[in-house]
Amino acid sequence: MTAKTQERLLYLISPIGLILLWQLLLMAGIGDRRFVPAPSDIALRYWEMIASGELAYHSAVTLYRVFAGFFIGIVPAIAAGLLMAMFRPVRIFFDPLIASLFPIPKIALMPLLLMAFGFGDASKIALVVTAVFFPVVVNTYVGAANIDKIYWDVAKNYGASQSVIFCRVVFFGALPMIFAGLRIALAVSFIVLVAAEFVATKAGIGYLIWNSWELLQVDVMFVGIVTVGVLGLISSVILQEIERKVIPWKAE
Amino acid sequence: MPVQRRGAAVEISELRREYVSGQGSVVAIERVDLKVAPGEFLCIVGPSGCGKSTLLRILAGLDKQTSGTIKVDAAGWPVENAMVFQDSGLFPWMSVETNVRFGLDTRGVPGDEASRRVEAALKLVGLTKFRKHYPHQLSGGMRQRSAIARAFVTDPGMLLMDEPFAALDAQNRVILQAELVRLWEQTGKTVIYVTHSIEEALLMGDRTVIMTAQPGRIKQIIDVPFPHPRDLLQLSASAEFGKLKLDIWRVLEEEVNRARAELEQ
Repeated sequence: MTAKTQERLLYLISPIGLILLWQLLLMAGIGDRRFVPAPSDIALRYWEMIASGELAYHSAVTLYRVFAGFFIGIVPAIAAGLLMAMFRPVRIFFDPLIASLFPIPKIALMPLLLMAFGFGDASKIALVVTAVFFPVVVNTYVGAANIDKIYWDVAKNYGASQSVIFCRVVFFGALPMIFAGLRIALAVSFIVLVAAEFVATKAGIGYLIWNSWELLQVDVMFVGIVTVGVLGLISSVILQEIERKVIPWKAE
Repeated sequence: MPVQRRGAAVEISELRREYVSGQGSVVAIERVDLKVAPGEFLCIVGPSGCGKSTLLRILAGLDKQTSGTIKVDAAGWPVENAMVFQDSGLFPWMSVETNVRFGLDTRGVPGDEASRRVEAALKLVGLTKFRKHYPHQLSGGMRQRSAIARAFVTDPGMLLMDEPFAALDAQNRVILQAELVRLWEQTGKTVIYVTHSIEEALLMGDRTVIMTAQPGRIKQIIDVPFPHPRDLLQLSASAEFGKLKLDIWRVLEEEVNRARAELEQ
């Protein structure tokens, strides 16, 4: 066995071991299966919900809200971050806003957003927008502000206009940090959205989890929780692939 | 590329640059008077911190003098100057080709003309095969060649070079020096070349300006007597070259020691 396969095994042992232990304890009669379902119960329920299309429906609703909010949020965040790095007055203008609004738990805005956008998808998407904006604007600014001084010099000496500097120098220079911000933002989108879906909606994974709590269907609750993890994992893998494609100069 | 035009003429008078900060002020250069003839290859040598880079940055428009004037007669050239930096300054996110094209895009040179000129510039520095590579895939010498191509392609009245070969290994430095001199002999551009190496200055330049340590002033200007075209290797092995190098080192030595003494105070 090579060191690499050993490492891979070790990597799998902890999660599989945990699930196994959980299953065995419940089969041995330790714990109440009505409140703590066994992994096999959850797996069965998972399969049922996939077969009935219920899980796909709730996942689609959640994914739509996450990605709509994500894309609406990151575009202005990237633009603002780059402009902050390029122009001091822009930075001075935005700094106090960011410093004071970033630490507010975005879920606390949900009642306000419900008033503004109603009970439909719009209020959930708006919440994701507010949550995504801050990590991306801060990372973009830091990335752009730390671009090596020589690139500004080259741009200036070679006659680049402000718009060329923005599009061809600062944006690309900041891109690795922008992607670091996007990764955080993606995780944050799921976090706030699932919480938001606990109230004032009849669809989405968050609704599924909350509803099953009210009906005391603990296995469904677990299905919802696992689904959030799976959706988060898949979207972050996709984001990483995109990053690899658009940043070919990052030394391999 | 036949020599059709000579480079820009430069006249610098009473140039002074003072940096003011919280800790007080530092005079980087003062009383710099210098005339550069069209098509001249001028080297500037001096100890670290003598303001030679400051002078170059002012010429490049990246810094502003506190007082004094610079007159550049670059009429007839599309671009007044192009700078080659010590660490190539190639954008890591652009391929060699896109990097070389940058100064043409920013100035709105039409597509096919730009492509044609980039093609020629890449050929000139022998990088046609590497046009799609990113800078991190190239050696240090190839990166500096790309940077030189990026400067030449804009057809500048003068080339400003800030120790462009200082970071290269000895073999690559010799090769690139020879290539630069060949390019200069072919194109006849004005070159202002900053270096800390006397040898490099004497090998390549028509004249060598020796600067004093802080504040940077012109201590002496030496006419380099070797005719062009030059064979750099042969030249560097000749007795006259060795003699001149020694003479200049004597002048520079004082300055280096003075700069050191000031630092140790």
